[in-house]
Amino acid sequence: MNRIEVENLNVHFDDAQILKDVNIKIPKNTVTSLIGPSGCGKSTFIRTINRMNDLISGFKKEGHIYLDGQEIYDPSVDVVELRKKVGMVFQKPNPFPKSVFDNVAYGLKVHGITDKNIVEERVRESLKSAALWEEVKEKLEKSALGLSGGQQQRLCIARTIAIEPEVILMDEPCSALDPISTTKIEDLIHKLKKEYTIVIVTHNMQQATRVSKFTSFFLHGEIVESARTERLFLEPKDKRTEDYITGRFG
Amino acid sequence: MSFRLLSPKVYQKIMKIVFWISGIITIMILLVIIGYILFKGFEVLSLEFIFSAPIDSGRAGGIFPMIISSLYVTLISGLVAAPLGVGAAVYLAEYSEDGWIVKLIRFGAETLASIPSIVFGLFGLSFFVIFLGLGWSVLSGGLVLALMALPTIFKVAEVSIDAVPESYREGSLALGATKWETVYRVVLPAATPGITTGVILGMARAISEAAAILFAVGAALTIPVSIFDPGRPLPLHLYILATEGISLEYAFGTAAVMVIIVLIITVVTNNMVDRYQKKLMGR
Repeated sequence: MNRIEVENLNVHFDDAQILKDVNIKIPKNTVTSLIGPSGCGKSTFIRTINRMNDLISGFKKEGHIYLDGQEIYDPSVDVVELRKKVGMVFQKPNPFPKSVFDNVAYGLKVHGITDKNIVEERVRESLKSAALWEEVKEKLEKSALGLSGGQQQRLCIARTIAIEPEVILMDEPCSALDPISTTKIEDLIHKLKKEYTIVIVTHNMQQATRVSKFTSFFLHGEIVESARTERLFLEPKDKRTEDYITGRFG
Repeated sequence: MSFRLLSPKVYQKIMKIVFWISGIITIMILLVIIGYILFKGFEVLSLEFIFSAPIDSGRAGGIFPMIISSLYVTLISGLVAAPLGVGAAVYLAEYSEDGWIVKLIRFGAETLASIPSIVFGLFGLSFFVIFLGLGWSVLSGGLVLALMALPTIFKVAEVSIDAVPESYREGSLALGATKWETVYRVVLPAATPGITTGVILGMARAISEAAAILFAVGAALTIPVSIFDPGRPLPLHLYILATEGISLEYAFGTAAVMVIIVLIITVVTNNMVDRYQKKLMGR
């Protein structure tokens, strides 16, 4: 079953066309990688799924994006509810300048969960799910900005899963991290895919092969090829895909 | 090779000394002024001077009512100007898109900052004292000072809010927070150290202002009880003591108390801001 279906998506910023006729189906509880050279529209694409691009002036969109069959740009859709269902982890870890605890509790508070016991329970569970609990359980009241980069990124993942989304979008979540932290995040992605649908933008093709079941290759705002990850990397059907994965450009 | 009068090394040294001297002179000017005022002021400075009422128009006695007046006008100015200035800064930094209204607000704030304080004083007299009927009172004085503190608070708050990384806002919005929740729960707490500094700068300007309140606050020698009572804040008292030839000695005593109050406020708030910032940053 597909969680997200995108039909003929075109995105413009003012006069510049960023995405061209993007069609993709993202199945439930799997990891889908988006690869492609810088500036090919991958980030713009995932930011369209939680409507983060709405904030940018000059953003125009045509086509449809369905989440569980519901068109997310329909006027009846509440952006706040959408973003509760579609969480996002950013390229650079961006914890708030608050305590570790308050970072994870933030989304809960915003969504009206104030019962202290429930909040504490959810914070603990989320930190455990994000494989961070053991490292921070003694310093929940300390500022999150004192954590290492890798810990901060796992905290951002914990913050996202605390509000129990259905989809987690990850925009190059490891690009600012060292290899050990990267491994930890990748292990975490493997664990999380049982419960969440994950869409990850990555520049690292090995990472795509390690974590994802499906991969789409973006080039100049178009999806050149989408396939099961091993098929895409072992037998690319399109010449451009082959050139990219063999390192002939990008 | 081109001819050089001095070798780069010597040149380097000379420039370093030039900058060092500029720094030292700046600090010396400050120290000399503060030192001179404190030195002259210490002749009359005592607990009795601080905690008793003036006798014979200020030729003797103390300045307790003036300290209370100063606290009144400064607090009123802060209470009025801080929410207004921070509110305008939030609007500009978070809600507005660059357009004529933004330019107008910025232009307004800059103009407000450059109006001479005596003109504020005249406006205070005709608007607060007479038109609004607030009379000569610490309230009228505080409101005039609020106008004077407003541009400083606004400008510093706007810069602080602008300096909050965009990634905090994105992180908050991506969790389903609304714009207002993002501003209130993430942006403002992160900008608090800067905003506090701005408010203190604005209030420090207010506490040391005489000309602006000259026509608004009256010149009563009694302790103001309600905000509608007239008062005589420290700088005004100092001005009257000096210009009316009442007592130069006591004028310096008053100046010393003002300098000490401003120093205490600055040191205490800097310390608080530092601590808060360290807590935010996890150091």
